[in-house]
Amino acid sequence: MNDAVNQLYTNLNALAAGLFLLTAFGIVATRQARGCLNLFIVQSLLLAASALLLGLRYNVPHLYGVALVNLISKPIIVPWLLRRTSPAEIYTRREIDQALNIPTALLIALALAILAYFLSVPVSSAVSADFRGPNIPIGIAGLLLGAFTLTVRREAVPLLIGLLQMENGAFFTGISISRNLPLIIELAVATDGLIIVFIIGVLTRAVHKHVGTTAVGELASLKETSAPALKEAGK
Amino acid sequence: MARTLLFNLIQVAVVLLFSPLAAGVLAKLKERVQSKRGPSIFQPYRDLWKLFHKDEIVSEDSSWIFRFTPYIVFVVPVFVAMLIPVLTDYPLFFAFMGDMLGAGFVLSLGGFFATLAAVDTANPYGPIGASRTRMVGFLAEPVFMIVFFTVSFVAGSTIPYIVQQQWVTPLTNFFEPSHILLLLAFLMLILAEGGRIPVDNPTGHFELAMIDESKSLEYSGRGMALMKWGGYMKFFVLMCVFLNVLLAPWGLASQQTLGAVLLAIPQILFKIFCFLLVFVLIESSLAKLRLFRIAEFLGAAFITAVAAMIMQVF
Repeated sequence: MNDAVNQLYTNLNALAAGLFLLTAFGIVATRQARGCLNLFIVQSLLLAASALLLGLRYNVPHLYGVALVNLISKPIIVPWLLRRTSPAEIYTRREIDQALNIPTALLIALALAILAYFLSVPVSSAVSADFRGPNIPIGIAGLLLGAFTLTVRREAVPLLIGLLQMENGAFFTGISISRNLPLIIELAVATDGLIIVFIIGVLTRAVHKHVGTTAVGELASLKETSAPALKEAGK
Repeated sequence: MARTLLFNLIQVAVVLLFSPLAAGVLAKLKERVQSKRGPSIFQPYRDLWKLFHKDEIVSEDSSWIFRFTPYIVFVVPVFVAMLIPVLTDYPLFFAFMGDMLGAGFVLSLGGFFATLAAVDTANPYGPIGASRTRMVGFLAEPVFMIVFFTVSFVAGSTIPYIVQQQWVTPLTNFFEPSHILLLLAFLMLILAEGGRIPVDNPTGHFELAMIDESKSLEYSGRGMALMKWGGYMKFFVLMCVFLNVLLAPWGLASQQTLGAVLLAIPQILFKIFCFLLVFVLIESSLAKLRLFRIAEFLGAAFITAVAAMIMQVF
């Protein structure tokens, strides 16, 4: 009976990992900032679910705390902060211009995910069987895909989400290989993330106010001119 | 031996008889969701009856392909219905004649001839639809392949009767990530191959926007009836593969008696009804994609299938 339940937890955790990977692909490919943000919320929920399931599976109450911290900070506070700080206009725009077209970006993302599996082999073979599992490769894949999002997206909010996704990926690997990390570190990381969101949100607002756009692709050069002149030059 | 042959024929008869009903129920449900009354669920039968009693007009400039295609389109899903589990969870007479890949190839034969026939008539809209169908087809095929390869990797076989037990014994296997991701990918494939809403609008009447429908524009009378019936059966067969092999292999007959097999018919119809409810929700809440966004939709399906594969293989 116990074995069956443990097996169920393992499978559900693997399922959360699979869906985590899908949301990471989605963040690379979604055209709208709002969709990106929603996918990020789902991803953070999956991260919390994975922490909870690993906690149940290996009986580590500490991981429940991690799940709780994640549940409060990312799906609730991050969207709220972003809504409050960055301009609403970003969320209503339909299409965002990207450095690569979407199918190409997806194929490269796929190659990165497979690369993550190869990168995880040495890590997985260094730890005992309890710590192996889908969390290590998929966390690394989340990290790589977050970095990839940073390179292909050209809009402030999705860039920020790419950054946060890198953190999610690192956490996703972290919860499976270090089960007794002091909670204070995770709290610190979560607060740190929130501060990053706050600062970038305010910065985005300032940029939007001065330049009139947050499309990073159009902000290729820095000019020491007054804001209206720059606005005209941009258009 | 003779018994499994009989059951196999019953299976084919179920697909033949109930596939228009599934189409009718789907149309009705869709209209109800949109607060309209909709046609009777038996409307597809009446359409087929009417079409079979009408004269057929064939263009003088068309070749034998145009005349043969309705029969091929009609027969192909019947063939596939022999190979897949519709009513039973044990292999039937023809079960080992072909695997899921074989069934996929046989189904695509029907699509191939329908495409040729659309080009054959020199109707300007036919080739547009035909080339679009090919575009959807060649984007969907790699996904099909990866789904089948992953399935065969898990089950050690591509015979659907063997695959169907794999995900539910023990039941915790149901939640394996590769299983759920494959289900998602296959659902997207059904939407694409069936010409359903995010890819194509089956109820649209605007020729320039058609993908699947425009291939049968030139048919009339009996040819049209066979094309339509073939389309209903193809959709029914895809649903059976999705439900009985991948999603929920429950409610199938496990005893080799006629009673058990007949009892499985209402159960599979109930499963299909539940699936159609979900399907209608998907179709009603999405808008049709622009043509060049279809590549992104099927790209998403491809990514999902490959994610399932790498999670299974590594």
